[in-house]
Amino acid sequence: MCGIAGFAAPSIAPDRARPLLERMIATLDHRGPDGRGFLVEPGIGLAHARLSIIDLVSGDQPIHNPDKSVWTVFNGEIFNYVELRAALERDGAKFYTHSDTEVIVHLYDRYGDAFVEHLNGQFAIALWDKQRERLVLARDRAGIRPLFYARKGDALYFASEMKAILAVLPECRRLDPLGIAEALTYWGAPDPDTVFDGIESLPPGHLLAIERDGSRTIRQYWDWTYPRAGTPADFDDVESATAALRDLLVDAVRLQLRADVPVGAYLSGGLDSSGIVALIRGFTETPVRTFSVTFDDAEFDESEHQQAMVRHLGTDHTTLRVTRRAIGEAFPRLIRHTETPVVRTAPVPLMLLSGEVRKAGYKVVLTGEGADEVFGGYDLFKEAKVRRFWARQPGSKFRPLLLGRLYGYLDKSPVGNAAFAQAFFGQGMQYLDTPVFAHVPRWTTSQKALQFLSPELRAAIGGFDPPAAYAARLPAGMMDWAPLSRDQYVEAKSLMAAYLLCSQGDRVAMANSIEGRFPFLDHRVIEFANRLPPRWKIRGLTEKYLLRRALADLLPSDIVNRTKQPYRAPDNQSFFFEGEPLDFVADLMSPERIRAAGYFDAAAVARLTEKCRAGRVQGFADNQAFVGILSTMLLDEHFVRQRG
Amino acid sequence: MSIEASAVEAKVRGYILENLLFTSDGSQLPNDASLLDRGIIDSTGVLEIVLFLESEFGVKVQDSQMLPENFDSVNNIVNFVQRLKAQ
Repeated sequence: MCGIAGFAAPSIAPDRARPLLERMIATLDHRGPDGRGFLVEPGIGLAHARLSIIDLVSGDQPIHNPDKSVWTVFNGEIFNYVELRAALERDGAKFYTHSDTEVIVHLYDRYGDAFVEHLNGQFAIALWDKQRERLVLARDRAGIRPLFYARKGDALYFASEMKAILAVLPECRRLDPLGIAEALTYWGAPDPDTVFDGIESLPPGHLLAIERDGSRTIRQYWDWTYPRAGTPADFDDVESATAALRDLLVDAVRLQLRADVPVGAYLSGGLDSSGIVALIRGFTETPVRTFSVTFDDAEFDESEHQQAMVRHLGTDHTTLRVTRRAIGEAFPRLIRHTETPVVRTAPVPLMLLSGEVRKAGYKVVLTGEGADEVFGGYDLFKEAKVRRFWARQPGSKFRPLLLGRLYGYLDKSPVGNAAFAQAFFGQGMQYLDTPVFAHVPRWTTSQKALQFLSPELRAAIGGFDPPAAYAARLPAGMMDWAPLSRDQYVEAKSLMAAYLLCSQGDRVAMANSIEGRFPFLDHRVIEFANRLPPRWKIRGLTEKYLLRRALADLLPSDIVNRTKQPYRAPDNQSFFFEGEPLDFVADLMSPERIRAAGYFDAAAVARLTEKCRAGRVQGFADNQAFVGILSTMLLDEHFVRQRG
Repeated sequence: MSIEASAVEAKVRGYILENLLFTSDGSQLPNDASLLDRGIIDSTGVLEIVLFLESEFGVKVQDSQMLPENFDSVNNIVNFVQRLKAQ
């Protein structure tokens, strides 16, 4: 795991190139504290900050092919590098390192831009083809590793994090109004949008090539795709599908344990992370150390289930008890890493946990991330299933009562009051025949934050219509898929890629130089699951049916049968103590600061802040708006005004 | 409208404007507008209103009374409070 940065810029003189690269890569020290490497040639600069995990001795980057005509810097891991290398060596390729990186240049020599299709991994790659004078940028399929770029004149700058681009392009130090509105509504601006003016994110599964003449081509080499609704299953029965999934998961875990340093794992107490740890224990010789977060507040705490798993698996386990005050005080640091507004505080405890992992001497953790998207784990999927069932007989008094079986983990559940739940979830039925149907209730709640925008920002975003705007980004043909498949696709692109894998994934792990690995996001697992009939994902209203079957004999039955409890943390309560806000909150949310920044309506924000201070906030909408506004103000403070 | 109903209406409007719409602009809250259709309340928003009514007017709202028809507009809420107070 590492950080990369660089540029393709014909007009940058060689004597300016190295200082520019130094400035960019210096901002990414947290991603790669173990060393730096550079390549400067006419028209190109590559920089690398290394976190050494594989080939600790000879793996320094940039790495080149045998005749030094192709160079690469790379952030991430190629998990199948052992198999790829063996195949390349059989065909005569000569390697000068033991690093996974070196397979990239050999594959490019052999397959050109199709090299990326051979990789099983999580990666952001920059590759320089010296002979053809072309730069290639590529990002992994699911969007685990970030990669941003910006253009200025004939130059293109790229980096693992936007702060490296901001270091050399000060004109990008402005927040984009639409990016803010998207982040507050969808929980993260969808790729390629970002909240910084002029900076784009290379979408997952895409490859960008910049040619000698400056022309650019962007190509999608992989996507989540699903069969047409009603396509017969690949398997005759659920037993054979279960066995095939089990074999695949064992192999995915085996590949992702490849490292020359010890590997840890997160244990949340739910099915997914417990399953990963059980697979490590049951099918590999790798000793595993586990880590988890606990909370004082019973609504968020899962220690009972975590301890049950620790006893069952006998792991060496570390817990980090996170207080509300610790979350509030660490929040500014979080936003310096996320580089986007967030609407939940949940990434903070994971940032604090990765610090504990690092202190324990570990650089790598496996987690259960991705299982809910891949195998149908979220209440949102079940909620959509009930709403579709209800829509077939809108007059039914009984069908909407099924909503009462969802969200049981919430103290203030949106279905706690049946009459209002029906009224609320009965809205948005006009989206029934669109691919965003399942997500409209979530966005209806989160877009309430937009009422706090200043008149200027509202004017700048024009008639931003969240469901329509998102639907316009989606691929044609989705309505031929089963409804659950559509819901999974939108979830994988919106919540997972734009929030969970970045603000709650890569950024909070790399804040402490920790690499997260996600076996459920091995692209073979995704492709396998996408071909499954929906009834093997959500059976009735039981989520992740096939995954439960595949893990059943490895886990205690109460873990296997436990209803999913999404990971959450205290939100606005983390910023107020004994009726007073933390100092930085009082400052940034003051009417003077809100007016000076210009993004929000000062009077409306003052009312929301007072409501939080007085402890009157009950639901998600106000919590999300408060956290979203505060994080936007922190972004402005740190990246635009360059204070704090 | 009685004087008492006017006072209830003023307090209910004030609460919703301040705490759910975050504004002092009364024109954003017609008394007959659906709070649900306008996205002003959802099932957790109604909990806030119930807490407010119970503390402000000394009434007790039963679970069976937490229905959209009692809470879906300022007028409906005022009528509901009047009925509770009359009991």
